[in-house]
Amino acid sequence: MAEVGTYLYAITLGAGGAPPADVPGVAGAPVRTVTHDDLVAYVSPVPLDRFGEEPLRRSLEDLDWVGETARAHHRVVEAVAGRAPTAPVRLVTIYSSEDQVRDLLHRRRDDFAAVLARVAGRREWGVKVYANPVTAGSPAEGEGLAEAEKPGTAYLRRRRESLRSRDEAWRAAAAHAERVHAELAAVAVASRRHRPQDPQLSGRDDWMVLNGAYLVEEERGEEFTAAVDALRGQGVEVELTGPWAPYSFTAMDLGTADEEDAR
Amino acid sequence: MADVARTGGVFPRAYGGGAAGGRGEPANLADILERVLDRGVVIVGDIRVNLLDVELLTIKLRLLIASVDTARELGIDWWEHDPWLTGKSRDLVEENRRLRRRLAAAEEGRLTGAEERRLTRAEEGRAIGAEERPPARTEEERPERRSPRGADERGVRRPAREPGEERRGG
Repeated sequence: MAEVGTYLYAITLGAGGAPPADVPGVAGAPVRTVTHDDLVAYVSPVPLDRFGEEPLRRSLEDLDWVGETARAHHRVVEAVAGRAPTAPVRLVTIYSSEDQVRDLLHRRRDDFAAVLARVAGRREWGVKVYANPVTAGSPAEGEGLAEAEKPGTAYLRRRRESLRSRDEAWRAAAAHAERVHAELAAVAVASRRHRPQDPQLSGRDDWMVLNGAYLVEEERGEEFTAAVDALRGQGVEVELTGPWAPYSFTAMDLGTADEEDAR
Repeated sequence: MADVARTGGVFPRAYGGGAAGGRGEPANLADILERVLDRGVVIVGDIRVNLLDVELLTIKLRLLIASVDTARELGIDWWEHDPWLTGKSRDLVEENRRLRRRLAAAEEGRLTGAEERRLTRAEEGRAIGAEERPPARTEEERPERRSPRGADERGVRRPAREPGEERRGG
């Protein structure tokens, strides 16, 4: 039988978080909890012949595998985040045993407690704003001058107009994104602007002019979504996702055990 | 990534099953990947797989997902120079200025036909040469983004003339 590692999904605050029975972990194994004081870590066993360093390095080259694992990881995080303040852990964080995870909770208790206090009672919403470059930036067509002009002159003029109109369209869309972000940030406790997703990732051709994340009090959720609705139209497409576990507001880099020893 | 051209994206758009009971649209895999790979708590466990060390993941996925800070650490900052992502449009402003100058000259009739053609060709050559973008993109996949000087320019490009004609014109 292969050696077994402990895959870590998330850390939550407060007892009462039984493992989500109906949500299997990344290798199909049931999710378990490891507790220390008021912290709960959600873990599941993974076979090290597939989740050891070398096999993982190979698997991570396989985008289908990455996608499947990401969804399994995310399902556990979401199941947990619906019940307690949750700090999601980055994909494929694996320990040699549950005792090592318990040790982590013990060593970093204050760090986790601080982060979890910040997100308690709050959810993350994602808002993306797209502008369509075709409708937003199409140059004026069919001006009577074109026929009379020398071809080179007409070319230069159309070229200039095309550049100018696309440039203006971009500026208008970017300015609109600023307004959307400002209005939503005013309803949120905290907000982050992430880099626009690459079109290959989003699968869309239009410009993503805003990729925002907003941490919102649970009781203000409706107010927030109403604010999003009010910003729809106006020449842009507004996409709302969530509520999510607070992925964007629990970022902390705890480094390695070695680094800690060196401190 | 061979699927990119076929599907129009790395992954099908709607995977569904994001946040249960959520009011937003269902989470797609792009949104999930962005979160699980780049946000949340970063701890190096006992199994040391640094996501940044995985070669293909670095090339393909980190480029797509990396946060601004992470990507800068990796030296990936092409979007800062992409006018359509930054909105700075410095190149375009410059090109626009140059075109305006030449258009004014052409309208005043100061350019001969040959000079104008030569300048136009040089301009096109420069524009094509300047189109350096991340390797992950190709013209076919991303006509709008990759080439702000794209389709509309090709549409108005004049047919080449005979060399003799060019000499006569000059």
